[in-house]
Amino acid sequence: MNLGAIARHRLFWPLVALVVLLVASALKSPAFLEVTVRDGHLFGGPVDILRRSSVLLLVALGMTLVIATRGIDLSVGAVMAIAGAVALSQIAASPDPGALSTVLLAMLTALAVALGIGVFNGFLVAVVGIQPIVATLIFMTAGRGIAMLITGGQITTVTSAPYKTIASGYWLGLPVAALIAALIFGATALLTRRTALGVLIESVGINPSASRLAGVRARTIIWTVYVICAAFACIAGFIKSSDIMAADSNNAGLFIELDAILAVVIGGTSLAGGKFSLTGTLVGSLVITTLTLSITILGIPVNAVSLFKALVVIAVCLLQSPVVQHRMRSRRRRAAPVPVEVPA
Amino acid sequence: MTTSPSAIPADQPAQPAASDRPPVVAMTGITVTFPGVKALDGVDLRLFPGEVHALMGENGAGKSTLIKALTGVYSIDAGTIVVDGTERTFTGPAQAQLAGISTVYQEVNLCDNLSVAENVMLGHEVRRAGLVDFRATRRAAREHLKALNLDIDPASTLSSHSLAVQQLVAICRAMVVDARVVILDEPTSSLDVDEVERLFAVVRDLRSRGVAILFVSHFLEQVYAISDRMTVLRNGTLVGEYRTADLPRVELVQKMIGRSLEVLEQLEEAPKRVVAERGDVQPYVQAIGLGRKGSIEPFDLDVYPGEVVGLAGLLGSGRTELARLLYGADRSDVGELRVDGQPTKLRTPRSALARRIVYSSESRKTEGIIGDLTVRENIVLGLQAERGWLRRIPQRKADEVVAQYVEQLGIRPANPDAIAGNLSGGNQQKVLLARWLATQPKLLLLDEPTRGIDVGAKAEIQRLVAELAEQGMAVVFISAELEEVLRLSHRIAVLRDRRKIGELTNGDDVTTDDVVDLIASGGQDA
Repeated sequence: MNLGAIARHRLFWPLVALVVLLVASALKSPAFLEVTVRDGHLFGGPVDILRRSSVLLLVALGMTLVIATRGIDLSVGAVMAIAGAVALSQIAASPDPGALSTVLLAMLTALAVALGIGVFNGFLVAVVGIQPIVATLIFMTAGRGIAMLITGGQITTVTSAPYKTIASGYWLGLPVAALIAALIFGATALLTRRTALGVLIESVGINPSASRLAGVRARTIIWTVYVICAAFACIAGFIKSSDIMAADSNNAGLFIELDAILAVVIGGTSLAGGKFSLTGTLVGSLVITTLTLSITILGIPVNAVSLFKALVVIAVCLLQSPVVQHRMRSRRRRAAPVPVEVPA
Repeated sequence: MTTSPSAIPADQPAQPAASDRPPVVAMTGITVTFPGVKALDGVDLRLFPGEVHALMGENGAGKSTLIKALTGVYSIDAGTIVVDGTERTFTGPAQAQLAGISTVYQEVNLCDNLSVAENVMLGHEVRRAGLVDFRATRRAAREHLKALNLDIDPASTLSSHSLAVQQLVAICRAMVVDARVVILDEPTSSLDVDEVERLFAVVRDLRSRGVAILFVSHFLEQVYAISDRMTVLRNGTLVGEYRTADLPRVELVQKMIGRSLEVLEQLEEAPKRVVAERGDVQPYVQAIGLGRKGSIEPFDLDVYPGEVVGLAGLLGSGRTELARLLYGADRSDVGELRVDGQPTKLRTPRSALARRIVYSSESRKTEGIIGDLTVRENIVLGLQAERGWLRRIPQRKADEVVAQYVEQLGIRPANPDAIAGNLSGGNQQKVLLARWLATQPKLLLLDEPTRGIDVGAKAEIQRLVAELAEQGMAVVFISAELEEVLRLSHRIAVLRDRRKIGELTNGDDVTTDDVVDLIASGGQDA
């Protein structure tokens, strides 16, 4: 592969952004990229990025599948809050919060609730035919209220060693949270690319009516992705609440749906549905997490944080856009026209 | 098709004397390359004011590419485009339109959910003090529609009209800009005879007003009826420019296909109708009083293995609706359906697929091809859907199936990794056929499989249908072209006004007139 082909790769600019952010942070704070071993665990900037990006990655993976079917799921942040609320309330109410069985049971209950929300979202979109953005808006707004009801308006805190392990634990020297995210990433990749689910999702996203006439269970597939998305958001909710060992219904996963959508888009999956890339979503999640981290390291004034984030995201999106790429290429050499896509 | 045995004249382009005025558009040496493909190679095209110019060629010959190169959708690698004596490069259709070049595309490109008036006037609304004057806009739209003799309410939504009317609205829209060049890309493929006549009246009127019209159609009759001059393309290269009157049809087809006359005649030779030995064979599919409210009135229909049943009727007569009921794309609300003797309820296309019934829709683009997927993925989609998502078709098996059908149906380009949406219409149709044949159906419902595709591909598909029936498949064949239905079918079910009005057993003595009479009489005396 020559240099030009590499530069044209979908993930070239997101990766460049990632490297630039890492290098800039390392220049500012040389210890940033150092990875040390402490108590048999790996420590340092890169490990921190992996650990922190796990939440976003989980949410963004589900979002990728939903977006591939031409949908969108705005309720993921609220699902995270509900998952934390259900799990922690149950642990707090149990006589033995430190027992592994208590924690597992609480997580299963929370997962069941999240799946229920996914089924509801999927039903509204696939069966009733409500536009995804409207259908999921219901739980985006109502979800946090439900979480508040569960926790009784309090921020529920617990002390439970097994639950704390989810976000703060280490296994084989690596953060458990990152391992969970990696496991889910691998499972999703296998599920979509080793079976035919991926291509069927794409086919439904590109042309729902043609897919139905081809015998594809379009409705079931659309329904399924919302359930998957809610399940992944639920796991993200566990990590988030385990991180602070508290269920904060107001702030858990606040605005994460926007970051997740951004990660998916940076990863090259079009909001118009169709072809999706899980690797792209992984890179997108890493870029956004690194961005958030490097803001503090680079000493960007708190007031300018949103602006800085926006600038980086705009830069990446611009460099990725087919129009800009086409312009840049034809400036370099005025030959080889590429058919400019026009809306049919 | 006539088969006049006249001598083949040399490939002499017509002399430019047909019009003493300079061409309004002159394209010279146009070359367009896509990654890996030279779509056009040094093609010339001249359009004179007050002339209807036909652009002829098989699927994939480069007609659409040439039009898109002219209107600035594609940028050109080499060559010049001269409009009104000055060299121009358009960066998009909007700019071309400003220069007086309007296009009506093959598939209607309008806004379904806007009103007819809004569609006609889109971008040209009547403004007063910077604001849109909706009443005046609607009035202007009505006048434009009247010029086309289109008597429809400008305030009605576009989607409430038939495809044919939508097409006329699209043409009307092109007229709004007072275009000096109007490009009609397959404008007649979804129109019935009367509507075509109406369109042609408009085209003739435009011609007399000095407009240059570029007409693309696969209907040779229509091309000969309306065009003054034609340019023939083959495989992205120019074959020549001819005066329509100087070029007999046989030679035109020969130039388009680039094959010798014998091969051509062999292709055109009507597939032999084999009369199935029925005996005590039971019909594969039997509809008894099957119907759906607002869609099609209850009908009886038997389809036997090895038999082609043609559905004849005008546009909107219920042909498609009938087929959709047999496929479960729509649910029936009355009557009974028996598949292989078993009473069956088809709730979804999937359940039809499980009973080896497949349906190829009349709208390739919206209900057939998955545009962004590859040819391979499109072909195995039916098989995959049947197996369910969990059991992915092994790559080797997929490759085998795809290779077999690409070869058997002659899909071009023969590259399984090509994006299906980039293929020409005829090749997309073949990909769809491949998708269905791969599922080894017992009943094949074909809805307008030959619409908008060229003579060569059409003959191939007709022959394929006849072969499949011979091998024992039951086929329901829908086409607006009666000749085609007559040529292929053993039996013909005739529909009118969403009702099956009669059935004819085909034979050598049955002519299109018999079918037309039946449609006209409404089956009263049949």
